[in-house]
Amino acid sequence: MTTPSLVLELKQVCKHFPGVKALQDVDLRLFAGEVHALLGENGAGKSTLVKVMTGALAKSSGDIYFNGQNCSFASPAAAQQAGISTVYQEVNLLPNLSVAQNLFLGHEPRRFGLIQHQKMQQQAQQLLLRFKLNIDVTAPLAQYSVAVQQLIAIARGVAMSAKVLVLDEPTASLDSSEVQMLFDVMRQLREQGVAIVFITHFLDQVYQISDRITVLRNGSKVGEYLAADLPRSRLIEAMLGKELQQLTHQAATTTPAVAEPLLVLNNIAVKGSISGVSLTVAQGQAVGLAGLLGSGRTEVCRAVYGVDALSQGEIQFGGKTLRLQQPADAIKAGIALCPEERKTEGIIGPLSIRENIMLALQARRGWWRYLPVKQQQQLAAFYIDKLQIATPDADKPIEQLSGGNQQKVILARWLAINPQLLILDEPTRGIDIGAHAEILLLIKSLCQQGMSLLVTSSELEELVAFAGKVVVLRDRQKVTELSGDTMTAPHIMQAIAEG
Amino acid sequence: MKQTQSCADSLQQARLARYSPGSIKASARYLWPLAALMLLLAVNLLLDASFFQLSFQDGRLYGSLIDILNRSAPVALLAIGMSLVIATGGIDLSVGAVMAIAGAVCANLLLQTELPLALVIAAGLATGIAAGLINGTLVSYLKIQPIVATLLLMVAGRGVAQLINQGQIVTFLRPDFAWLGTGSWLGLPLPIWLVIGMFALSQLLLRRTALGLFIEAVGCNATASRYLGVNDKAIKLFVYAFAGFCAALAGMISAADIQGSDANNAGLWLELDAILAVVIGGAVLSGGRFSLLLSVIGVLIIQSLSTTIIVSGVPAKFNLLIKALVVLLVLLLQSDKFRRQLSSWLPKLRKWRKGDKA
Repeated sequence: MTTPSLVLELKQVCKHFPGVKALQDVDLRLFAGEVHALLGENGAGKSTLVKVMTGALAKSSGDIYFNGQNCSFASPAAAQQAGISTVYQEVNLLPNLSVAQNLFLGHEPRRFGLIQHQKMQQQAQQLLLRFKLNIDVTAPLAQYSVAVQQLIAIARGVAMSAKVLVLDEPTASLDSSEVQMLFDVMRQLREQGVAIVFITHFLDQVYQISDRITVLRNGSKVGEYLAADLPRSRLIEAMLGKELQQLTHQAATTTPAVAEPLLVLNNIAVKGSISGVSLTVAQGQAVGLAGLLGSGRTEVCRAVYGVDALSQGEIQFGGKTLRLQQPADAIKAGIALCPEERKTEGIIGPLSIRENIMLALQARRGWWRYLPVKQQQQLAAFYIDKLQIATPDADKPIEQLSGGNQQKVILARWLAINPQLLILDEPTRGIDIGAHAEILLLIKSLCQQGMSLLVTSSELEELVAFAGKVVVLRDRQKVTELSGDTMTAPHIMQAIAEG
Repeated sequence: MKQTQSCADSLQQARLARYSPGSIKASARYLWPLAALMLLLAVNLLLDASFFQLSFQDGRLYGSLIDILNRSAPVALLAIGMSLVIATGGIDLSVGAVMAIAGAVCANLLLQTELPLALVIAAGLATGIAAGLINGTLVSYLKIQPIVATLLLMVAGRGVAQLINQGQIVTFLRPDFAWLGTGSWLGLPLPIWLVIGMFALSQLLLRRTALGLFIEAVGCNATASRYLGVNDKAIKLFVYAFAGFCAALAGMISAADIQGSDANNAGLWLELDAILAVVIGGAVLSGGRFSLLLSVIGVLIIQSLSTTIIVSGVPAKFNLLIKALVVLLVLLLQSDKFRRQLSSWLPKLRKWRKGDKA
């Protein structure tokens, strides 16, 4: 290997917003042909750094050297022109356009000013084959899974002959095989000399692929390390700035062997989705739902919550058969759901924390009996204190909170109406490790207080830590149920993979 | 406490500050629309020294200010209804046509002189609610985009009104009904009282119950609202019915004003003034927080502007153009981004002028 050359260097970059120092004297060195992990808790300044680097935000001070030249990009388009491409966590492509159109949007092959569709499709096909993706490029993008869309977004970045590729949490919505697919592509690009900035919350993945790690905390750089020289425990310390004991999982809580069944799914099916799923959640039991992305985890949750109508089978709850037309019916019966898509299905962004907490309670009271503002404030103050929601003010819009705190607000919303069964769909997804541990502890304490839980998670260790039973799904069907001694991460993994 | 605020947050903060109640910036929401209104009134005073003069004759007040309030009444009623529709992320283009239908229904019933006034008014209002329910059903249950769904009634509504009137302009002689548009009570014209009454009632209905909050929740995020138990479809149905009710009331005022129903012209284009007023009041068309007071201030801005243009003696052919330009200016002044840009230009401008002199 030749000595790597410095592609992009940031020196003492600062970014100030009114009242906030988002970045303070941050340095970053990016060499050709390396994967550079950019780590830090939510709010550490990772996204700001990326935005400054790619011209989406103007820096307040400091220097950026690209290929040795001092420059600063006026816009993301200018950065892209120079060879810095960014792929964001939320795929920002156009779902209604075809794959090929998405790939070449803005720089379509043209002749006499007209787009050459045939040529564009051929080029798209070739480009995607480099990523081992053999798909119909004329089909609309929305037909493909999030993982494929993510790869297409990266392909688009590479198509513009990127020298620097920034991947902002590309694996957040991928399952493990898809992650490996992505990593293969990243390795391939690394060999071609592309410098890759990789932002993620998953530390396993950091060690799998990264060569170098830069850690940020509270807008400042903590340090730059070679991945091989940095033990995991020291990395976590660097990110959190404190030694973390809470992260160690406690032994699984044991649930009483004989308990009344609370929720019984009897061979339920949803048209075009899950088929033949049966499971039982006992009173006070925590049941885990395991499976790959698209295995039907979320679909089961949605069916139990009355979002999707059943085409077959029945749901019994507390001994009665439920007929669910809409989530309100499920709530009335005593079922609550923390959805997987926190941003689009969970929080009501512009409304305040107080309103987000009291809304479910208010919805149950009906529109006429308005909860007096004083009681709303008490309710909010109680849960902000109890769940340690980090905010100076309950009247702040919830979208200003970090992901972990938003999740706590949604938990508070349901605790306020005290449901019998709480469904948690990926409760820790996209949440920084500090809040991650807190939310796990919180869920555990709910379970100990006797609330029944139905939890999905792609982190199997997490499921094993507090579930009394794990139901494994594959291809939208139930595969098996594990409990007791057989309920270990390797066993679950095996059950997911078989077949 | 953990520092969790990131840069994206602080950017959002600037955008959201005007919508967070209870904070200091909430009052800033009212600053710019009010300033624009004051400025327009001041310009009026410069053009016409007697602008603020009020006189008391025959038991009611007269003057330019009263005139502005009185003339804005129909649009103010429409804007109250439109605020809620826009808060859910929808729009109602049909309110002008609904005014015409309600006016036509009332005028034809008034021809039968034996019918009591209360019944005629009730029939007019019921017509408006029915029209609103049609809009609401199309939008919430049949999931037709609001602009298309209400466009149907905007076009068809005037046709319905013409059919009711059998193609004629129907006039009536009923002083009791005409009183709604031309009468006065405690010194103020009745339309002003109707707006005040409707405003107070709506405010009670929306802010003393959870209805206002539910509307805002559905407007901000309909899916999340449904997931926490709010019946988003019923809420949408309600706002269109409410807008229909407001439109019917406005329609009766204008029918009473001319003591007749002109299906072709009653409420013509007023839906656009109502939407404009709500926007001038700072509402976001994609839905979210609403303020009835700000919408009404928006109406007053539009109406004062019309008066200003007439009083200023500019040739009539310039009226619409001037109106559009002033509205643009008002909207720009409300934009934080534009004001920041403006304040960054000002020193440069000064410097440039100094350099010029030297």
